[in-house]
Amino acid sequence: MNLDAHIPEGPIDQKWENAKFKFKLVNPANKRKFDIIVVGSGLAGGSAAATLAELGYNVACFCYQDSPRRAHSIAAQGGINAAKNYQGDGDSVYRLFYDTVKGGDFRSREANVYRLAQVSRNIIDQATAMGVPFAREYGGTLANRSFGGAQVSRTFYARGQTGQQLLLGVYAGLSRQIKAGRVTMFTRHEMLELVTVEGRAAGIVTRDMVSGKIESHAGHSVIMASGGYGNVFYLSTNAMGCNVTATYRAYKKGAGFANPCYTQIHPTCIPVSGDYQSKLTLMSESLRNDGRVWVPKKKEDCGKKPSQIAEADRDYYLERKYPAFGNLVPRDVASRNAKLVCDEGRGVGPGGYGVYLDFAEAIGRLGRPAVEGRYGNLFDMYQRITGDDPYSTPMRIYPAVHYTMGGLWVDYNLQSTIPGMFVLGEANFSDHGANRLGASALMQGLADGYFVIPYTLGNYLAGQNPKKIDTDHAAFKEAEKSCKERIDTFLAIDGKRTVDSFHKELGKIMWDHCGMARNEAGLKSALELIPALREEFWQNVKVPGSGATLNQSLEKAGRVADFLEFGELMVRDALERDESAGGHFREEHQSPEGEAVRDDENFAHAAVWEYKGDNATPVRHKEPMTFEHVKLATRSYK
Amino acid sequence: MNWFGRYLKSSVGAKHVMAVTGLLLVGFVLQHMVGNLQVFAGQEAINAYAAGLKKLGPLLWVARIGLIVIFLVHIASALRLVSLNRAARPVAYKMVKSERSSFASRAMAMSGLILLAFLAFHLLHFTLGGGPLKTQFNLIDAYGRHDVYNMVVLGFQKPAVAISYVVAMLLLCLHLSHGVTSLFQSLGLNHPKYNGIFNLAGPVIATLVLVGNCSMPIAVLAGLVKATV
Amino acid sequence: MNLTIYVWRQKDAKDAGGFEKYTDECKGISEHMSFLEMLDVVNDRLTEKGKMPIAFDSDCREGICGTCSMVINGRPHGPWKATTTCQLHMRAFKDGDVIYIEPWRSKAFPVIQDLIVDRKAFDTIIQAGGYISTNCGSAPDANSMLIGKEVSDSAMDAAACIGCGACVAACPNSSAMLFTAAKLAHMNTLPQGKPEEAQRTLSMVGAMDSAGFGNCSNHLECEAACPKEISGQVIAAMNRGYAKASFGKR
Repeated sequence: MNLDAHIPEGPIDQKWENAKFKFKLVNPANKRKFDIIVVGSGLAGGSAAATLAELGYNVACFCYQDSPRRAHSIAAQGGINAAKNYQGDGDSVYRLFYDTVKGGDFRSREANVYRLAQVSRNIIDQATAMGVPFAREYGGTLANRSFGGAQVSRTFYARGQTGQQLLLGVYAGLSRQIKAGRVTMFTRHEMLELVTVEGRAAGIVTRDMVSGKIESHAGHSVIMASGGYGNVFYLSTNAMGCNVTATYRAYKKGAGFANPCYTQIHPTCIPVSGDYQSKLTLMSESLRNDGRVWVPKKKEDCGKKPSQIAEADRDYYLERKYPAFGNLVPRDVASRNAKLVCDEGRGVGPGGYGVYLDFAEAIGRLGRPAVEGRYGNLFDMYQRITGDDPYSTPMRIYPAVHYTMGGLWVDYNLQSTIPGMFVLGEANFSDHGANRLGASALMQGLADGYFVIPYTLGNYLAGQNPKKIDTDHAAFKEAEKSCKERIDTFLAIDGKRTVDSFHKELGKIMWDHCGMARNEAGLKSALELIPALREEFWQNVKVPGSGATLNQSLEKAGRVADFLEFGELMVRDALERDESAGGHFREEHQSPEGEAVRDDENFAHAAVWEYKGDNATPVRHKEPMTFEHVKLATRSYK
Repeated sequence: MNWFGRYLKSSVGAKHVMAVTGLLLVGFVLQHMVGNLQVFAGQEAINAYAAGLKKLGPLLWVARIGLIVIFLVHIASALRLVSLNRAARPVAYKMVKSERSSFASRAMAMSGLILLAFLAFHLLHFTLGGGPLKTQFNLIDAYGRHDVYNMVVLGFQKPAVAISYVVAMLLLCLHLSHGVTSLFQSLGLNHPKYNGIFNLAGPVIATLVLVGNCSMPIAVLAGLVKATV
Repeated sequence: MNLTIYVWRQKDAKDAGGFEKYTDECKGISEHMSFLEMLDVVNDRLTEKGKMPIAFDSDCREGICGTCSMVINGRPHGPWKATTTCQLHMRAFKDGDVIYIEPWRSKAFPVIQDLIVDRKAFDTIIQAGGYISTNCGSAPDANSMLIGKEVSDSAMDAAACIGCGACVAACPNSSAMLFTAAKLAHMNTLPQGKPEEAQRTLSMVGAMDSAGFGNCSNHLECEAACPKEISGQVIAAMNRGYAKASFGKR
């Protein structure tokens, strides 16, 4: 597997400029002859589709939702980082770059991260021009707030709905191109297979989720922006439909899958209330700006009402352990500490998996109206879901799977190991290392779609023949056939268990053995449990109905079948990575205080997995991560 | 004029048509009511007022035709909208729970159509002089003018007639209470500072029309206003 | 709690459809479940019995994507104010309740299956002009244009629309004015959107009218049903803007 990252020459702040200058350009008259397929319509996919169409390419964009504007980017609440330094508080491109590399626990590629920090500034300009109503100061300038893991105010936001507003901006631009006939939008279409011809990405096979039709779509390039795989845990903050199928199918067609074990657990989610739970709801991380996290000092107090626990009997454990950052430590640190105190038996709420997030102090200091102004909608949401009033009693929160840093391996140009296939946004692995900082996902999705792919794709296409690719090619026919056969198999099994029951069981295995904390024994047992569950799935799943109509059970079956394979890859990766790094915490590797301990000597690399067949063990390749600018150091937020 | 046709046909243009014609009709209703209330000032006042109107000659016809056109446009536009709205929901809900709309707003088409029927009845009575009031219609006062006063009083002395007018005015009140408030919204007048006034305008004007117009048949029935023949 | 639900079942767009009653499948429902989790449970039980589960749309299940769409006992998104179906919890109901569940009803939103409707008409309205025509790469510095907080906040109030279609579902005339007006208010309020204001207003209203939605008669049921509490004021602004654009634009 060729893992040359194609990092451009020159000093780090010149690399992107140099690359852009060296890129070959496509003749404007030729652009419309190139068909580009974009899978996904979130911030990354939507912005890429719209921008490439603006440039003149002929774009087809696919999403499983009923409208491109419903992609899960919409759910991001807190904000988007950009090194604008509008607040004059010491921010710069270099500082954002530094914070991101450090926050990623030194497992990301410096050159990519630097470029991300550079273009972050253009994103704000672009989004504003598109009509995104970012929060403003009274004087009319843009407002900022600080966010977990950063000591400067660089986060731009639109109330608690920043993702929604950015996505609506992207969707507006995309709609303009659809109207102009330069983007053909395929909604309620799910990608089932990647098609390669002569080793290059040549198209995809999709299922029309309404008619059930299996269709081939050819293109000179395939852009994957299909999001993350957090739903392998069944319970996560992802949308119900988020899945790994697109990226996993690409992996099975030869794309390297990098660092699948890096999953981010978000510290502030509403705890699980019962078996029926279908998803976990995130409460914006901004709550940690004013909320104080605590649990009772003594186990015996856990059953008491929070108001009955005296101040002296409360353990504000984040403030105690990390005096410098306090409640604003990065996500992985906050999450792990919550697990730690709950594992000690000091958790609160049903099942003992919860910690308090208390606003009493903030309400006392700022007054209730100010707290309402900042977090009113979040408090209302919390009350709707739990029935508790967070103004009078502390919220209960617990970490939940939120984001996946791992993804398809890409080089500096966002090209995967399959030539012609580019991967953007959460679907790739490149920028966040082992842990993503808050408000950086929106930044990366838009950076990739608005400002990177328009350049790098041109460089690839300039070397390609614009001749139409024919979907009658044997590779397409074969892929269509295998998709149809797979669907027929699902429908024919007629077992006893629902698809969801398998998904829940897989989720439990993943959460217990490959969740917030992992260890060798647990991972090894998962490696036995998952194949057994997969075996049962293919014997005993029940998928009613037919393939020729809208069939939600069938859609889920396809996704869960892939999760059942992918979960194993994830566990394997977690087992092989015998160190703790960011979102990957191996219990064997921790300091006496319970902090993650990296092994830079042996694991300062991206692990890239190559598929070798259904019955063969995948091969682990390495792309070394070198750090010339940010000195490898133990992350400390004390 | 292409743009104007498009404007009128559009959903927003149609709202404006309803609002503007409605506004003019409300103006007519108020003016009509104020004129008629002179019945309380006695035979001389109202007969002189009616004779004055007649003297306008061709102008009266211009006003009448204008009024008829406004009516027709209001009604035709309403019927068109109702049929479009019906078509927009081919399958009805099994269960509907209204939250914000009022009985008045939901009953606009019904109240409007009944008012149309009443209008025919009303014109037949007092403008064309047909139906059960034929005898009173042909009365002449001492100055040889059309005796509007006695026509009205004698007409309303029949309880069935008086009650039908009161019922019609209740419907008009219903129609105006939504219609008048609604026309502000349709014409784009919605501002938190003034919404209180807009929201009151409908019920206030509607009540005014109800009280003013009903005062006549009720006063006659109660024997407060008596015939002079 | 034990419930009885009547659910609209319709195989596909052509099927006539009808209500099905479920009682056995709705036993032992926890008050902590969300409404959709209750349906998940019903679906699991239906599937185990070899029956087709109820098809319904949902995705983020946190009230922001606007996918979920059902009329619950005569109210779009059910009885709670400012709450989408996915965030409605079974606490809103009590043991023994009878619940009717229907899809959005509008000619412009044809039923695809059971409770799932096709809301492409909304996308068509946006495509007609719900954007600012700026190509990527040509944007000036974001702070070079000052936008007062009040203006920005009022644009944001309108931009909060999640495009779920509850306004259409709630409107006795199945009109899409609240949606269209909210989108117009978002773009037309901001200085960036001003240059295209008139054309945008004409095009989007035109697209809305061609899609088969009904007309507005100011019932304001839309405002009451909107899970994001978009104010009916935006419709008044559109009414104003449309006249201005019709009479003013050359």
